[in-house]
Amino acid sequence: MSLELRSVEKKVGQETHIYETNLKFEKNTINVLLGSTLAGKTTLMQIMAGLDKPTNGEIWFNEKNVTGVKVQKRNVSMVYQQFINYPNFNVYDNIASPLKITGVDSNEIKNRVGKVAELLKLSPMLNKRPNELSGGQQQRTALARALVKDSDLILLDEPLANLDFKLREELREELPKLFEDRDCIVVYATTEPSDALLIGGYTATLLEGKIVQHGKTLEVYNKPNSLQSAQVFSDPPMNIAKIKKEGDVCSLISDQLSWKVHSKLKDGEYKVGIRPHNITTYKEGSNSLEISGKVLISELSGSESLIHFTNGDLNWVSLSNGIHQKNVGEQTKLFMNSDEFLYFDETNKLVNNV
Amino acid sequence: MSKISLKNLSHSYLKSQVNKEDWALRNINIDWNDGGAYALLGPSGCGKTTLLNIISGLIDPTEGQILFNEEDVTNKNPVERNIAQIFQFPVIYDTMTVFDNLAFPLKNRGISEQEIKNKVEEIAEMLELTSTLHNRASGLTADGKQKISLGRGLVRSDVNVIMFDEPLTVIDPHLKWILRSKLKELHQKINRTMIYVTHDQTEALTFADQVVVMHEAEIVQIGTPVELFEKPRHTFVGHFIGSPGMNILPCKIDNGTISLNGNKLETKIDIKNNSFSKTEVGIRPEFIEFNESGLPVKIIKVSNTGRHKIIDTVSESGKIKVIAKSSTNIPTGSAYLNFKKDYTYVYGDNWIIE
Repeated sequence: MSLELRSVEKKVGQETHIYETNLKFEKNTINVLLGSTLAGKTTLMQIMAGLDKPTNGEIWFNEKNVTGVKVQKRNVSMVYQQFINYPNFNVYDNIASPLKITGVDSNEIKNRVGKVAELLKLSPMLNKRPNELSGGQQQRTALARALVKDSDLILLDEPLANLDFKLREELREELPKLFEDRDCIVVYATTEPSDALLIGGYTATLLEGKIVQHGKTLEVYNKPNSLQSAQVFSDPPMNIAKIKKEGDVCSLISDQLSWKVHSKLKDGEYKVGIRPHNITTYKEGSNSLEISGKVLISELSGSESLIHFTNGDLNWVSLSNGIHQKNVGEQTKLFMNSDEFLYFDETNKLVNNV
Repeated sequence: MSKISLKNLSHSYLKSQVNKEDWALRNINIDWNDGGAYALLGPSGCGKTTLLNIISGLIDPTEGQILFNEEDVTNKNPVERNIAQIFQFPVIYDTMTVFDNLAFPLKNRGISEQEIKNKVEEIAEMLELTSTLHNRASGLTADGKQKISLGRGLVRSDVNVIMFDEPLTVIDPHLKWILRSKLKELHQKINRTMIYVTHDQTEALTFADQVVVMHEAEIVQIGTPVELFEKPRHTFVGHFIGSPGMNILPCKIDNGTISLNGNKLETKIDIKNNSFSKTEVGIRPEFIEFNESGLPVKIIKVSNTGRHKIIDTVSESGKIKVIAKSSTNIPTGSAYLNFKKDYTYVYGDNWIIE
């Protein structure tokens, strides 16, 4: 089983929504489409589902060209950001609906709905209507409906976006488990880098209608092929600063700060990308650099602190474990782990991890 | 400016109350000190909006008193209470200029034109609205409009308290930190009593010096962000604050010994016997380490989030999550866990035992 987009392109009028895209997803994989709003995630999913036709290019499923085959003729399930259920059906009938349409016998329906409901912790609510459920339960019902038929392709379009933080955490953890023993391809669209990292599998970073990079999630994260891919895959945003390399010394153009590198890179100007968690209130790694700045705010998430600060004419953001309160305007010192710096050349390609 | 005290406050939307669940607020006692930055944090349905409406005078409490500077205002109407309130969505006059919007709360109060001008300019300066003061409000972005709402709340110096009800809902996620920084700075500058109501832990912990956590109509903890993280006084706080939240495991207390399914545990508390119907141990994933001996667990799953690893384990007492550095080697199969003694707490019927 595989899903392949071959030279797919989508134009609406003069406007290109998806630039030429080649992607291949394999059997039993979860594939994350990661990108900001309007990056083209939903358009790509609709093309994959057969809800929308590409302007150019072909969709292949199991080595068969399915371009132009309608969604009804494909074995596809889709779950959206909004909780979509039949308001007049109870949870049982909502989950059973795709099976009833295809004429599965009622004992088999009962059996399968029961199993899926169990998996999604909906068993006690089968007789309730959607409006009697919490947001999390409503989305579980929509997920159960997608899982109850044995779809070849399951498309999840930001399914957790409308949920409270804690529900999100809980459901995100369960999702990969739901697909473990299924013969299907899962595609999961999200704007959140942390979703991709926690779900694992494969990730395609998407920017303004273009696939920037596609590979195993952790590899895409650790070795972004370009500054764009790194930026899409960093939340809070990656710190980017211009640097000059002379001999074995790199220095920030905007500040006095410099550090040693051992690299065959030719001398010149580069950009350094520093993920927020590589700037911390404590030392990490063997080549720690001190950076000072004025605090803009220290945002506390419960177990972590995001300290925004200025240094030179740049705004920086750091992420430390634990709670570190700082006053707005306070001078502070932080440590950068230079082992983890990413270097990009003038074309924004990753040059190497020095 | 005032000190605000809530005394034995309870509220029910029902005519008669039989069960605990019939109350929207139960026995709230709290002092908000003059000039403090407070947050009221809890999931939807916990009673925080009811409490806000009682303070502002929109709802009469079923029981208890509200005092402003020791004066009983329980029976005073919202106007007499003299409160500024900022809502989720910008409340401004689109056809007026930014200046007139900010001046509005001051007009008809017998304040001289010159004084109004000074005050408005001062607030506009703080909020970086000076350059748009004479533009119409309708042309501004969502965050620009919400800044005006904030300004309108801040412009009067005679209010008893400024209350914010989820004020950053409409702000783009990437811009939130800027307004958070602004709010924090404003509080440092003008030192008024501010109460910030939210379900978002980052909002609450970032803004407030003291966070009031609510759960099922009760206050479960009042504390600094550090206290909520390091020493949750109620299992709900442990669960709700932090991501992933605290591990809560059923335990036995027998003659001073605390044990998890037969495994003796070291804690700082001294308790001989107990009369609780439920006793549990709470430990955050950040405070657990792998060791040669300790609590036996099986490793279920390791997620590498790029900046750390989240390890799902299961013990005889239930699931336990552990957070470790990315560089840590995680054992496979069976392992032993050690809980840091200083951060291991015991809870009786959900409340901390000391």
